[in-house]
Amino acid sequence: MTRFTTAFAKLRPALVAFITAGDGDTAANLDALVEGGADVIELGMPFTDPMADGPAIQQANLRSLAKGTTTADIFAIAAAFRSRHPETPLVLMGYANPMTIRGGDWFATECAKAGVDGVICVDVPAEEDPELGPALRAAGVDLIRLATPTTDTARLPAVLDGAGGFLYYVSVAGITGQQQAAQASIEEAVARLKAATDLPVAVGFGVRTPDQAAQIARVADGVVVGSAFIDIIAEHGDAAAPHVEAFTRTLADAIHSAKEIAA
Amino acid sequence: MTDAPTLPNSLRSGPDDRGHFGQFGGRYVAETLMPLILDLERHYRAAQADPAFKAEFDDLLKNYVGRPSPLWLAQRLTDHLGGAKIYLKREDLNHTGAHKINNCIGQILLAKRMGKTKIIAETGAGQHGVATATVAALFGLPCTIFMGAVDVARQQPNVFRMKLLGAEVVAVESGAKTLKDAMNEALRHWVANVHDTFYIIGTVAGPHPYPQLVRDFQSVIGDEARAQILEAEGRLPDMLIAPVGGGSNAIGLFHPFLDDEGVEIVGVEAAGEGLDGKHAASLAGGRPGILHGNKTYLLQDEDGQITEAHSISAGLDYPGIGPEHSWLHDIGRVRYEPVTDDEALASFQKLTKLEGIIPALESAHAIAAAERIAPTLGKDKIIIVNCSGRGDKDIFTVADALGVRL
Repeated sequence: MTRFTTAFAKLRPALVAFITAGDGDTAANLDALVEGGADVIELGMPFTDPMADGPAIQQANLRSLAKGTTTADIFAIAAAFRSRHPETPLVLMGYANPMTIRGGDWFATECAKAGVDGVICVDVPAEEDPELGPALRAAGVDLIRLATPTTDTARLPAVLDGAGGFLYYVSVAGITGQQQAAQASIEEAVARLKAATDLPVAVGFGVRTPDQAAQIARVADGVVVGSAFIDIIAEHGDAAAPHVEAFTRTLADAIHSAKEIAA
Repeated sequence: MTDAPTLPNSLRSGPDDRGHFGQFGGRYVAETLMPLILDLERHYRAAQADPAFKAEFDDLLKNYVGRPSPLWLAQRLTDHLGGAKIYLKREDLNHTGAHKINNCIGQILLAKRMGKTKIIAETGAGQHGVATATVAALFGLPCTIFMGAVDVARQQPNVFRMKLLGAEVVAVESGAKTLKDAMNEALRHWVANVHDTFYIIGTVAGPHPYPQLVRDFQSVIGDEARAQILEAEGRLPDMLIAPVGGGSNAIGLFHPFLDDEGVEIVGVEAAGEGLDGKHAASLAGGRPGILHGNKTYLLQDEDGQITEAHSISAGLDYPGIGPEHSWLHDIGRVRYEPVTDDEALASFQKLTKLEGIIPALESAHAIAAAERIAPTLGKDKIIIVNCSGRGDKDIFTVADALGVRL
């Protein structure tokens, strides 16, 4: 059993929580996410040019880089998290250049050493898999792929080939933290994806409130929330942890109980 | 069994079917865009095979853009330098004042073919924005131009031109608020509007098939120059020189000559304040990485964070370069030389006074390299320099640099 299979095997949907490394007191915020009930953590690697992100996460990237966050710092944060939280799956999410600049093998090895379970690389689609995929799989780190509203049925097998951990369904064609997709389209998409893969399906992009999260949790294996956490960290800075924990708890409660209410 | 025919060894056959030039190029985009990129490639292949597409493209280049552009023997510059004979390929005489329009015509025809009803583009100095707004007006399509807020402030005449042409200009406030950030924002808009929007990328960068199709549309420059020099001199030139930012005018001139071994090829990168200071020379000062959909040489730090470029020429002020240039650099077919802001400023003035041609600051970089090289060659040698654009847009920048108040 990997940490992912354990996290998604619970008899309830999972909360997948995203924050940007180096923005605010990251160690304290990570602890707050776990304490509040997050099931999977996505740690964003800041990049100067976050092309898939909306204003909230763009600003988090810039705040982190302005403080001098390096790749070495991010792996140190990850390794320390792993020693404090042996059970919670940890994903690094980011862009191709910082992940590949020293070579895919180097990155995969560092991930394995730091106890990172999976990697999401926004701008390495299945067509460019050789850039990172083989190295990650050899190191035992899951490459988590993204499916989107534009990923049609013909293309889906290529996306799933080599994918691991869980499948991240980007529910809107757009950038992070903006509008939310219609519930009906999410239900249709999740059903289509689950027919094509045994991987758990987590749904994200534009999910900001416990009500939205609960709606999605009725049909998906997990719900990803990012920009809403980033907003809290932007507002409270280094003292954000208690606020992060409180918000995590409301989200986790809504998501974890979603299927009981539905049933 | 018959022997398989031996394929000629050509440098012009790239990219491969995955969009790679050697290790460079590729399709490093978000999954949302990937199906669209594949669709664009299919439509481009079909367009290439359709004589009607080429006929419409050629007709617009001739009757709307004003092609062919002349190949001008710059006799006074040649005499002044005392070496090789210098010809200028006059892309500055095109409609809208630069080579950019060649590519915009080709891409808007593709947009029409694909049934897209909205046009977006990024722009730095505004030249590509003006060219895009121009073809959007011609085809009656709504157009949004993304431009860094810093560039909006320093390029007001071009902003006004785009608005006159009916385009909406979005001032991008993210990052350093220049060309790189404008491209990020255009990609963000595109990802949210893939169903009806065509992105006209202004240079030979971005995900495959953009570097290929932009090159193909710009190759009219080299095709014409080749025919023109054969007519004027009865032989091919000894050297080509062109400025390189993203590198679309340069690859347009170079590509038809890549297999001509006797033709030496020089690309000119913007060295800004010098390679020890702020500059935009991705090949001289960068290393391979991934940005904006392709793998290529980039200005970046050891963690792969992109660093800001600088050049007096806004058209060269970009931290990357087209992937085919990166490949031509690595295999040694093209030599890339740096030219500083000061050298370009001096050549801007020299060409204006000697030939009565005000070149774009981008083109002035190539003139500066020609000034350096021509005197070292015999008078029997021939150089073609790409005068990629006219300098009217740059007079405010130049006046400022020379301490003149307008």
